[in-house]
Amino acid sequence: MGLFTNRKTHFVDSDVLIIGGGMAGCGATYESRYWGRDLKIVCVEKANIERSGAVAQGLYAINTYMGMQWDENKPEDHVRYARNDLMGLVREDLGYDIARHVDSCVHKFEEWGLPMMKDPETGRYQREGKWQIMIHGESYKPIVAEAATKAASEIYNRIMITHLLMDKTKANRVSGAVGFNVRTGDFYVFQAKAVIICAGGASHIYKPRSVGEGMGRTWYAPWSTGSAYALPILVGAKMTQMENRIVLARFKDGYGPVGAYFLHLKTYTENGNGEEYESKWYDHTKALVGDYIDRQPVPTCLRNHAFLEELKAGRGPIRMVTKEAFQDPHKETVGWENFLGMTIGQAVVWASQNIDPKHTNPELTTSEPYVMGSHATCSGAWASGPEDCAPDDYQWGYNRMMTVDGLFGAGDTIGGAAHKFSSGSFTEGRIAAKAAVNYIKDLGKDNPKVSEEEYENLKKEIFKPMENYEIGRNEITAGTVSPSYLLPMHGLQRLEKIMDEYVGGIGANYITNEPLLTRGLELLDMLKEDLDKLGAEDFHQLQRAWELHHRVIASESVTHHTMFRQETRWPGYYYRGDHPKLDDTDWHCFTLSKYDRESGEWEMEKAPVHHIID
Amino acid sequence: MCWECYSCVKACPQNAIDVRGYADFAPLGHSVRVLREEEKGTVSWKVKFRNGEEKNFVSPIRTTKWGSIKSASDYEEPAKSAFKNQELAHEPEALNIPKLPDLVVKTPDQETT
Repeated sequence: MGLFTNRKTHFVDSDVLIIGGGMAGCGATYESRYWGRDLKIVCVEKANIERSGAVAQGLYAINTYMGMQWDENKPEDHVRYARNDLMGLVREDLGYDIARHVDSCVHKFEEWGLPMMKDPETGRYQREGKWQIMIHGESYKPIVAEAATKAASEIYNRIMITHLLMDKTKANRVSGAVGFNVRTGDFYVFQAKAVIICAGGASHIYKPRSVGEGMGRTWYAPWSTGSAYALPILVGAKMTQMENRIVLARFKDGYGPVGAYFLHLKTYTENGNGEEYESKWYDHTKALVGDYIDRQPVPTCLRNHAFLEELKAGRGPIRMVTKEAFQDPHKETVGWENFLGMTIGQAVVWASQNIDPKHTNPELTTSEPYVMGSHATCSGAWASGPEDCAPDDYQWGYNRMMTVDGLFGAGDTIGGAAHKFSSGSFTEGRIAAKAAVNYIKDLGKDNPKVSEEEYENLKKEIFKPMENYEIGRNEITAGTVSPSYLLPMHGLQRLEKIMDEYVGGIGANYITNEPLLTRGLELLDMLKEDLDKLGAEDFHQLQRAWELHHRVIASESVTHHTMFRQETRWPGYYYRGDHPKLDDTDWHCFTLSKYDRESGEWEMEKAPVHHIID
Repeated sequence: MCWECYSCVKACPQNAIDVRGYADFAPLGHSVRVLREEEKGTVSWKVKFRNGEEKNFVSPIRTTKWGSIKSASDYEEPAKSAFKNQELAHEPEALNIPKLPDLVVKTPDQETT
């Protein structure tokens, strides 16, 4: 190990360690300080919190706001809505908990300076839909980051966390995390009493629609690299609903969101012949899922299903009819600012292709699948619920604590609580933080300790791709292809191809089955072995290497869960070709997994779905 | 892999960064340019189509002074009794309703009216 013995190591002691400074991480940092005045609160982020996370480029709407002050909605209503959208399977306790607190967060955002659009007649927040309110949110993230920065003892930007550390005094208890500075390559050891994972979900585990220069133009941020899942999985935390990936209808190529268009601008879709098509697929869908198709609003996956079937029938493309709405100058402005405020790439696509929605109805597409526990899906860690309303078997300690002691999570990390979005993720960060402060206070002097042996071993593992590169490049006599290492991009492309072809990506029309999944797992195993042979020529590539590690372990989890659930619960998101129908008799349940780091085995089980709200 | 989030474009003090759409699907000849002015509290956009058509938009970005947010530690310390209840910081006041809603929990898995 002579090459890197001089690498600098920094030790950071903390009480609460928050991994990831997006919306959930900023909420966790703020709330940790409020309750833990004398505690050392450290937030670590691989980019810079002023513009990190999925809200980096801004948002034009806050998707989760009850409006309890005006009796617009009750928290229970939001649980019913999410439950319906997810085909019956949500953690109602977690969803209720977020819904009852979310308004106080939104009111704080307004106080802090976020420009809210107001209804000129009522003076209330301008509704986009039943749950959504409209904002001028270009600076949403910098504003929220300002509150978090003031709350933190220290913010560490440009540090990528690669692994959690476990306590050497007590089994199944977290003691910190390690990572490296993506600019200097310095190694960091964070010791903590409680850790809150607020990292990003998983984009780019499936082959995207564009694989050339446009590979980055995905629906979700390319920096959401599955750390939300890989970090807890690797220390044996139980995960839930990892098969519940999401596919979204979006404007073609730029992946511009359709929410404001459907809800506020009242635009609608039609097929290539200019016909309405969703109602045509009613009987067909009913045969697959029964009366779930009759629920209102129609679950998003079932609307996707009609979209996909219409394309397969040869009547594409599906278009959004914008020409009528855009004759109104106000609506035209909203339509454009909606993208400029949160998906600028869509405006770039339209400008480049001369698509002015006032004169042309733009095409829609369905995205490749993503695993994002904060969005309209339930993937993530299995967490303890709120003390006052979680059923007994959903409760084993502190709110939002995983099945590892001292390990908390929020946002994309926590499973079962769909439809959080930006405000709900911030809220969940706050909930987790208050619980983490209580956990620390109850610890007394029983502090976790990091193991020198563990972090020294991890240090060698983390920087190995640079050593692989240094040594392996000597074997190259011409060109750039090495016989002994792979570059992170090679590994990413192989991962995306495996997931696409074997685990229900776009190339397979979102269909998979047991033989395909079995083969997919074999290929993922070989990819995992090859990860030891990644080569990184600089610290940027080293970050890419560890992002790939995180994506691969998250993907393996997705594949095992998909195999375990022998039904098609969410047609339109994915299909089990060998079990094409929804099966409420055997599968009205959560799927849980636990990974054993030593053996590499996955243990799967079912957990009941308790309905605590009628 | 760039997300075209424009964070670097907005942040560059010399406004030296420009963007062109991805070659896989974006024909040349377009531009989407931005000017973010913190002191004015606005973001301005100029969208230029391949055919030369132009659209301009201006939006507010913040209603308060940068740096003006009150720190979480500047609020009065919470009472000891508050640690074990379900309220978060600033609640119930910040909810704009008298109290945090209570869920009347039905016994799990039993249908209730």
